[in-house]
Formats: sequence, C-alpha cells, structure tokens
Amino acid sequence: MTRLNLNTTDIIKGVLSFLFFTALFLSCESNATPENSSQKIDASEIAVQGEMTAELTAPPKVPKPIGSRAATKLIVDMEILEKEEEMTDGVTYVYWTFGGSVPGSFIRTRIGDEVEFTLKNHPDNKLPHNIDLHAVTGPGGGATSSFVAPGHQTTFSFKALNPGLYVYHCATAPVGMHIANGMYGLILVEPAGGLPEVDREYYVMQGDFYTKGENGEQGLQAFDMKKAVDEDADYVVFNGKVGSLTGDNAITAEVGETVRLFVGNGGPNLVSSFHVIGEIFDKVNVEGGDMINKDVQTTLVPAGGSAIVEFKVDVPGTFILVDHSIFRAFNKGALGMLTVSGPENASVYSGKQQEGIYQPEGGTIQEMPDEGLVNKSPTKALTLTEKMKLGKTVYDKTCLACHQPTGRGITAAFPPLAKSDYLNEDVDRAIGVVVNGKSGEITVNGEKYNNIMPKQVLSDREVASVMTYIYNSWENNKTEVSESDVARVRNSH
Amino acid sequence: MKRISFIVLSIFFIQTNFLAQDMPAMKRINGGDFVPLYGSNEARVSVETFLLDIYPVTNEQYLSFLKTNPKWQKSKVISLFADKNYLSKWENDLSPNKEALPNSPITNISWYAAKAYCDCIGKRLPTMDEWEYVAMASETKRNAQRDSLFNQRIIESYETPQTYKKEVGSTYKNYWGIYDMHGLVWEWTSDFNSVLISGESRKDVDTDKSLFCAGGSVNATDLMDYAAFMRYAFRGSIKANYCIQSLGFRCAKSLKK
Repeated sequence: MTRLNLNTTDIIKGVLSFLFFTALFLSCESNATPENSSQKIDASEIAVQGEMTAELTAPPKVPKPIGSRAATKLIVDMEILEKEEEMTDGVTYVYWTFGGSVPGSFIRTRIGDEVEFTLKNHPDNKLPHNIDLHAVTGPGGGATSSFVAPGHQTTFSFKALNPGLYVYHCATAPVGMHIANGMYGLILVEPAGGLPEVDREYYVMQGDFYTKGENGEQGLQAFDMKKAVDEDADYVVFNGKVGSLTGDNAITAEVGETVRLFVGNGGPNLVSSFHVIGEIFDKVNVEGGDMINKDVQTTLVPAGGSAIVEFKVDVPGTFILVDHSIFRAFNKGALGMLTVSGPENASVYSGKQQEGIYQPEGGTIQEMPDEGLVNKSPTKALTLTEKMKLGKTVYDKTCLACHQPTGRGITAAFPPLAKSDYLNEDVDRAIGVVVNGKSGEITVNGEKYNNIMPKQVLSDREVASVMTYIYNSWENNKTEVSESDVARVRNSH
Repeated sequence: MKRISFIVLSIFFIQTNFLAQDMPAMKRINGGDFVPLYGSNEARVSVETFLLDIYPVTNEQYLSFLKTNPKWQKSKVISLFADKNYLSKWENDLSPNKEALPNSPITNISWYAAKAYCDCIGKRLPTMDEWEYVAMASETKRNAQRDSLFNQRIIESYETPQTYKKEVGSTYKNYWGIYDMHGLVWEWTSDFNSVLISGESRKDVDTDKSLFCAGGSVNATDLMDYAAFMRYAFRGSIKANYCIQSLGFRCAKSLKK
C-alpha cells in the first residue's frame, strides 16, 4: 500500500516534472525569437562606463577589437589634412584626408558607446570640411554639427545605436569633389561582446579618381570636374593609390589562418564588385550589416557602403584582390595582394600538373601538325546512314567554325569544302589533311590559301564519318570513306 | 585748443597719407546684372557701378594700418572681434609673418578687422554680389560663368595649397583690370553670411543644411559651378571673428550720387 502510494506519488511527480520541463522547453522555444531581438534592446539605454581615447589607424591596419569591454565614452580626435601625395609612379595628387590617409583613419567602437567626436581643420587647409558618419543617427550624420573652417575645430557627440560597418565621408558642397579627393573612411560599430575572433584583420577601401591628365600622365594632376560628373574615372584604386596593397605593401597571412577584411567603397561614383582571386569568402556580412551570406565569390560594395568578408586561407601563394569590373583592376589600379605563407596543401590545390597546347578552333582538342598519335579503332563498321549522322555531329563540333555550316569556307582564309576540286581530286590526301594537319599554300577552286589546318584529334571512326558526311554533301563526289582508309593513311604518315 | 587741433590735424594728415597711398589702386566696375549661385529668389541680381581695389590688401599695408590703429594690434585686439588665430604667424604686434612677403596678401584677419581697415580709409568691404560680379570675369569676358576652362582653372587654384604666400598681382588680371580674384586668397565680403541667415526666404530654416552633401544642389542656379559651390561653402563655414590663413580681403567704394 505504502509502495503503491509511493508509486502514485512518483507518477504524479513524473507527470508534473514532465509538464514543467515541457513548459520550460516551450518557453525556450517561444523565447528563441526575442533572444535575437534582445540585442536590439534600445541601444540608447545602454549605460556607459568611464571614457577612453579611440585608437585610430591608417589603412590597411585596423584598431584592436573591442572584445568584451563595456560601452564607454569614446573620444575620437580627427584632423583633416589637405596634402600632395603619390597616386602612382610619377603622378601626384592633392588629397583631402581624414587623419592624413586615404581612406581616413579606421574608427572602432561598439554599440552603446557615446562617441565624442572632435574634427580639426588644419590651418594650412584651404577649404571648410565636415563629416557625415553613416553610423550616426541624426541630421546629416553629424555633418551639420561638424562643419568647420580651416584653422578651427568642432566637437559633437553621438551614441552608436546600430552595429555594423559604416562609411564616413565629407559632405561639404560640392560633396562629390570632397569625396573624389579622398575624404572617406570606415567606422565599425561592434555588437556587444565584439565580433568573433579571427587571426588577421585588414582595412581595404576602394575609391575612384578623376584627374586632368589621362591615367599615367606624369606630374601633379588636378581634379577634373567634368570627368567626375561623367563618371569617367582615370584611377580606381584600393586605399587611395595604385600599389597601396601590392609588392612590399601586400597584406599577409599564414596558411590555416582566418582573414577578415573590412571592405569599404568611398566612390564617389563606382560600385565595386569585390573579389579575391583564388579565394571564396566563407562568410560575408552583406553591405556591412547583420545579414550573413556564405560561400560567396564576389560581393557588391556600393559607393558609400561596405562589406565584411571572412575566409580561411588553406594554401600558400599570392591572392589578388580586385574590383571584378575587371578593366578597373587591369588598367586603373583596383588591385591588391594578400600574400599567404606556409606549407603547400596538395589536397586543396595541386599546382600545375601538366601542360599542352590549346587551340580553340572548334570544340575538339587539336594538336599542331606533324605530331604522331596512336589511334585505337573501334571494331564494327558503320553503315552510310550511321556515318552521315555521326559525321554531321563531328562536323558541327569540329569543322563548322572555320569551314562554315554549308562548307563554303571563308574566302582567303579557310578553303571551301563544298564542290571542292581539291577535296574531290584525292581522297587519301584529304584524309591526311584531317589526321595529320596541313600547312602551306594550296589552291582550291582556283583560289590560293595559305593557312594552318591543325591536326584533329579524332578517332578513325569519327574521321571516316565526317569525311563521308562531307563527300556526300554540298555537291561533292559522294565518296564513302571507311575506317580502314583512315587507318591506312594515318599509318602511312 | 591749439593742442587738440594739432592732434586732429595730425590724425587727418596720417589718415590722408594712408588714403593717398591706397586710393589710386582702384578700378571702376560698371554696374550690370548677373545670376549668382545662391542668395536670390529672383534669378538675376543687379549691381550698381562701384570702385574696387585692384589688389587684395597686403601685409605691408596692413602693418601701416596697425601703426595708426593700435587697438587692432595682435596683443590689443578685443577677443570678441578676432579669434586666437588673429595674425597668428606674426611674431609680435608689428612684425609680420616671415613666411609671407610684404607684398603678399594679409591673412588671418577677422571680418571686423577687415571692415575697420576699410572704414578707416573711407572705403568699405564689397558686398557678396559685387564681389561675385567681378569674380565671374575672366581675362577677356565680363561674364565667364559658363566658360568651363575658366571654371576648371579656378577649381585648380582653389586646390593649390599655400597660395597666400604669393605676392598680390601674381595671378591674372581680369576684364575689369582687377587682379587675384581667384588663386591667391579667399576674401571677406560685407555680407558673407547672408545666404545662410538672410531672413527673407521661407526656406531659411533649411538654408544652412542646403550647403551640405547633395542638399547643396537644392536652390542652386548652376550645378556645374563647382568653384562657386566652394566659395559659398567656405563663406558658410565662417563667422565674423574667424581668422584664417587663406582668407584676406580687399576694399570697395561706392560712387557718389
């Protein structure tokens, strides 16, 4: 009886605890969504502790991560300098800079920080400037409060409300010119607790430049307003100049490390198709925001926008950063390098295994004339119909590009196969041309041709079929070529 | 009585001397109308015939003004009328900036100081419209606002650093016979901030924002006149007590009616 009571109690307990845990589980479930949004607690309510001076870095360096530090009063002190610097070898430009570099100093802060921003306009500067930080919630992103004449300074404060990677830029009229002269940079607002740790972090920002002289024209180049309005860039570069990230300036990593690039685009005009040749971005914070995309080849970075890309480097070598609007990379400077050192990993990338000549005439692999080839003939002979069918397929794939769909060829370049005296005169010679290739002058239907016909890598069956197809088309002499004919000619060579 | 009249006379003498040294250096600007970038609800603004200094005021000229008007010397100036940059590169009250030449334009002076200088010699600062009217003339054209080469040249000169170290007259002589309207220094005008605080337009509350970012294109009459955008933005960033290394002035004078 006692035992039964116990059992009953146990059962009741069991049911109760089941209900309890179910309730817990359910409550966890229902909390799943609010859990995410708990980060969106009104960031303006986050209290700050103490104060500190922000570390500012010139590209490609970034300041130390915020890690687990609490929100604080962050003092940012930035000086605007107008100065002449090199754009590329022998070409200089008067850059307008935030902190002396293009892009401007990288600012690293966290959600809830109260940023006290002092903008100083150096007395040697000729123009007024201001700063519009896309991370600021407020009129003009700070621009209205930070407008400052040369030899003066101004201070304003804002609270970082949204995490993400944001562009800042000068917004003084004519705004396009201020941006075109280099007045942009990035400010990172980290979420509470910081971004996940990685091994390497770098700062890369694209910009387009418009110079009075064409790309490469030597000497000090002035800003060209008309080209800027026409969006006709002379230079498209990473980090303010050609070669800022190449050769000795390349960014580096070790095999096995994870690299995070804070990528920005100052514009003023062009949208970047950011790509690292030979790498796939494991993770991209699309447009510098919260959304993560994985396994991305090329990410779009809008003018006045950003992206955070991350990838693990698995093999050593040089990886090229480009704007995959590729003429910009090849001709206008939008090219950087990531040098990865460490042991090879052949299972990921083998290196070169073999090489050969490739000639893209037709879809069949071809070789230069006069090289031997062992051919394996199939056993059973084809009927004329079968040869015509296979022959047409081979023709379309291999011959058509030069000799044209109806065998007419192209005058003075590729001889005709239709109603061709050269073809019909000598079948073995014609087979020889296909299997061995042909170079030098020939006369076909009274026209001279002097070109190279590459040796076709086709089986005897394919050659027999395509020759039969040709001889039985376009008013030729209807010869049926057998595989043994082809083998005979091939072996006599 | 005798003593007082002596003082009065000597002041008059000094003043006229100072005046005489400066007076011939003006040119007559025939009135007319034009379309400024900002500041007018009606498209065209008319300017009456007036006189304008051929050159910006030089260090040497300003030094002689300081000798007769000690209250504008660096150590004596009232801070309300000039910020700490006032004559910042002068070693003391009467030794001008050694980086510049005696015949270079005076800079690092406030609007109050520039106004006092002009008042002192019976002149005045030009209005913004007068200044813009003269500045739109190239060497050969009275109005070169639509001359893209002229505009490009101005923009380039605005970008060139340290031009305040050049001597007056070292740039170009324009249609009116006036030198250095662009390429030497920015220049104070009597109503430099009127675009921002005119009190006329209903959009006044927005006008100061309109000089930022693409907002600068709102209400502007010529979106390709980047040089003018740069001037108006500069004017919008300054206050009357500001002293700036690249900012000088020249004087104007109305014709007697």
